[in-house]
Amino acid sequence: MSTTLPRWIDVGLLPLINILAAFIVSGVIIALIGENPFTALTVMLKGAFVYKGALGYTLFYTTNFIFTGLAVAVAFHAMLFNIGGEGQAMLGGIGIGVVALALGGLVPPVLVVLLAIPMSALMGAIWGIIPGWLQAKRGSHIVITTIMFNFIASSIMVWLLTGPMLREGQISPESEHFADGVLLPQMHTLFNAMGMEMARSPLNLSFVLALVMSVVGWALIWRTRLGYTIRATGHSEKATIYAGHSPQKIIMITMAISGALAGMMALNEILGVQQKVILGFTSGYGFTGIAVALMGRNHPVGILFASLLFGALYQGGAELDFEFQNITREMVLMIQGLIILFSGALVYMFNPMLERIYHRLTRGNALTQEEGA
Amino acid sequence: MTVSSSHKAKGGDDLPLAISLSGVSKTFGAVRANDDISLTVQSGCIHGIVGENGAGKSTLVSILYGFYQADQGEIAVDGKPVHIRSTYDAIAVGIGMVHQHFMLVPPFSVLENIILGHEIKAGARNLKEAKAQARDELIALSETYGLTVDLDARVEDLSVGLQQRVEILKALYRGARILILDEPTGVLTPQETVQLIEVLKSHRDQGVTVLLITHKLREIMAITDHVSVMRGGKMVDHLATATTSPEELAQLMVGRKVLVNANYHDATPAGVQMQVSDLTLTGASGMPLLRGISFDLKAGEILGVAGVSGNGQSELLEVLSGITAPTQGQVTIGSTVISPEAGLSPRDIKALGVAHVPEDRHAMGMVLPFTAAESAALGYEDQPALGTSMWFRPAAIEDHCASLMRDYDIRPGNPKLKSNLFSGGNQQKLVLAREMSAAPRILLVGQPTRGVDIGAIEFIHQQLIDMRDQGCAILLISVELDEILSLSDRVMVMNAGQSMGIVNKADANAQSIGLMMAGVQ
Repeated sequence: MSTTLPRWIDVGLLPLINILAAFIVSGVIIALIGENPFTALTVMLKGAFVYKGALGYTLFYTTNFIFTGLAVAVAFHAMLFNIGGEGQAMLGGIGIGVVALALGGLVPPVLVVLLAIPMSALMGAIWGIIPGWLQAKRGSHIVITTIMFNFIASSIMVWLLTGPMLREGQISPESEHFADGVLLPQMHTLFNAMGMEMARSPLNLSFVLALVMSVVGWALIWRTRLGYTIRATGHSEKATIYAGHSPQKIIMITMAISGALAGMMALNEILGVQQKVILGFTSGYGFTGIAVALMGRNHPVGILFASLLFGALYQGGAELDFEFQNITREMVLMIQGLIILFSGALVYMFNPMLERIYHRLTRGNALTQEEGA
Repeated sequence: MTVSSSHKAKGGDDLPLAISLSGVSKTFGAVRANDDISLTVQSGCIHGIVGENGAGKSTLVSILYGFYQADQGEIAVDGKPVHIRSTYDAIAVGIGMVHQHFMLVPPFSVLENIILGHEIKAGARNLKEAKAQARDELIALSETYGLTVDLDARVEDLSVGLQQRVEILKALYRGARILILDEPTGVLTPQETVQLIEVLKSHRDQGVTVLLITHKLREIMAITDHVSVMRGGKMVDHLATATTSPEELAQLMVGRKVLVNANYHDATPAGVQMQVSDLTLTGASGMPLLRGISFDLKAGEILGVAGVSGNGQSELLEVLSGITAPTQGQVTIGSTVISPEAGLSPRDIKALGVAHVPEDRHAMGMVLPFTAAESAALGYEDQPALGTSMWFRPAAIEDHCASLMRDYDIRPGNPKLKSNLFSGGNQQKLVLAREMSAAPRILLVGQPTRGVDIGAIEFIHQQLIDMRDQGCAILLISVELDEILSLSDRVMVMNAGQSMGIVNKADANAQSIGLMMAGVQ
């Protein structure tokens, strides 16, 4: 009586149909404002994958989404809705800034980078574990507290970047530039050094780190005892207590891991590109991570694909803005919104239809089998 | 297959059939929940439908009451063909339903609950007038049917038996001439059950048709005129109750011969394994939940705990298994003492050789979205055979589950299948298998056969007796009095969080235990 569709339809075909639906509606809207939707799609695809350096940019954005998507997914397995990716990433950025600014020039840059990476995770974890603690011990709802913690993080950023961290003689809110060499190597420099051609783009080693964290995240959830307990807590707190675990502890640990993953997003922006702490570097990636996790069904493989889609939308969307008079960057937000609508809120809209078609196609089959048995 | 009953209805021969179903089928995805069902229910009769879980009883009743619509087949009520598309249609043709779980608003009065959804009948201009009108009507109704209940009492203050009465009254108030009751006695004391049976008989005498869905064969025998048996989505037989026996019905339900009563033989208890003294638990609101419970549990015996649901049995199980810490008193297991000052976690208690089959297998005993293998590891995931303190080993866990499935005949024998896709009986067997395979010295068992079909009940009972014979100390908590009486070597009866005393097997019978359950010492 539950869904009777095979797995490949459920996790493969259904998301594709949802995305297709979102694109069809987007196409209709683009046609309504007087542009050709097919031309627009071509421009977007070229802008995301084909033009020189485009793929690098797409993967750069993808990296952000992988980190924030994983963060949301890990928490979601414990049925915790972590809306605080944004704030956790900001704290991660502050962590990187503190390490880089305090140690830069004093110790070798490699060492600074090696310290900054765990620092971003640690700061993010702290920003995750406090709402986790409030949920576990005080029953304050994680959705409310993580939203509030975004505001607090944002205020801390403003305070730091207009005060203690503000670059001398600077009016725009940003920190001192990090010392030379305090950055994650960019992919095109690595590739060029190895003798391979690659166009300039901000894509840096964080991307590799994001892939590694995807594997780590998968192993954590499905191959460790902690992951088993996290999933058990998510499905049934009573069963977790019965099995001899403390849901409170699990909630706090999960939120710490989730925060750490979100915090690591800052590596891509701050240590990969900016080399300084700037205001608003998170630009909503933390929130989009929720959509990414939803679309990716909270599985690292799904999250990789969803991140790539959103990365391509970000990059290709910029190209749309550039090529068409009537289309602005906001159009991309609309397409994103439609994708979230169809693959988040309406995720099972096409399910009954698919089920009917599937059973119509397979029924003849099943009956002959029954008769044969 | 249709077998018409030859038994004459008490309501008279000339009355049309109250319900007549022919060729009703209902498919969910690939599952045929109802397959070509035909059923005739005569007016003014009590008609029982029995069958194991998953036999399709609930689906059939849901079709009658308009929750589902049949894919095929015809329904006629009082001789007229009807199309029941919603519960409103069902009520309109005179079908009323009393659900297993009551649909009442606890803080509302009885009167308010009854008129809910039908607040304004014709002629009344406001709620006040409607209430006054309803009151007169209800007083008349309750007199006719012998359903006395205080219309102004708040539902939350009523006993379960009286709440059920409100549900029946609600159905009658809506004009029901055909009353469907789904497992109505599951929550009642033996005395309340007797009262319900009297009420239903008086309904029959007033010409109301009663359709009774139950798995308790004893009730079928006591009250019905006709009985229909379902198995695997099909109607297998229609019988006149007077000409059948519980054994025959059980055999029809399961499709093979079964033992209705457990294969009990005397126990040879040995040393005390668990000593409970003056155990007290006070709830968050200061409500006493357990009041000074004391008993000894010996190796090689089954101590049954009888009582109406909600009289402290669940709390007792939670305290003994370490989920809740006691407020007062102590539990001694071997040389370990559990007291309010020295609480132990469920994990610590498990390490002492205590296994726990929880009352609620869905919420506690397993994790429904988990695979069977993952559920079969719940609480034992750090056992060396299943994983390490760090890693979880799916392959080892699946092997372990597969061997449990073989040993305990759990079907389908696929460890990768999600836990919620197993039938109640097989889920319960999985939980039991997990706990029993840990070879505990003490086994705490709550409601081992709740929602479990007859075939599995027989198996589970045999497993419990075997465990006992191997020297395990078993504490058996159940609201099924028959189960307690047929398995226990001694019976403790609980009422309002207190022990009403412990009775030996020889002195325990439904009458004496029933009175103790009701709080009469």
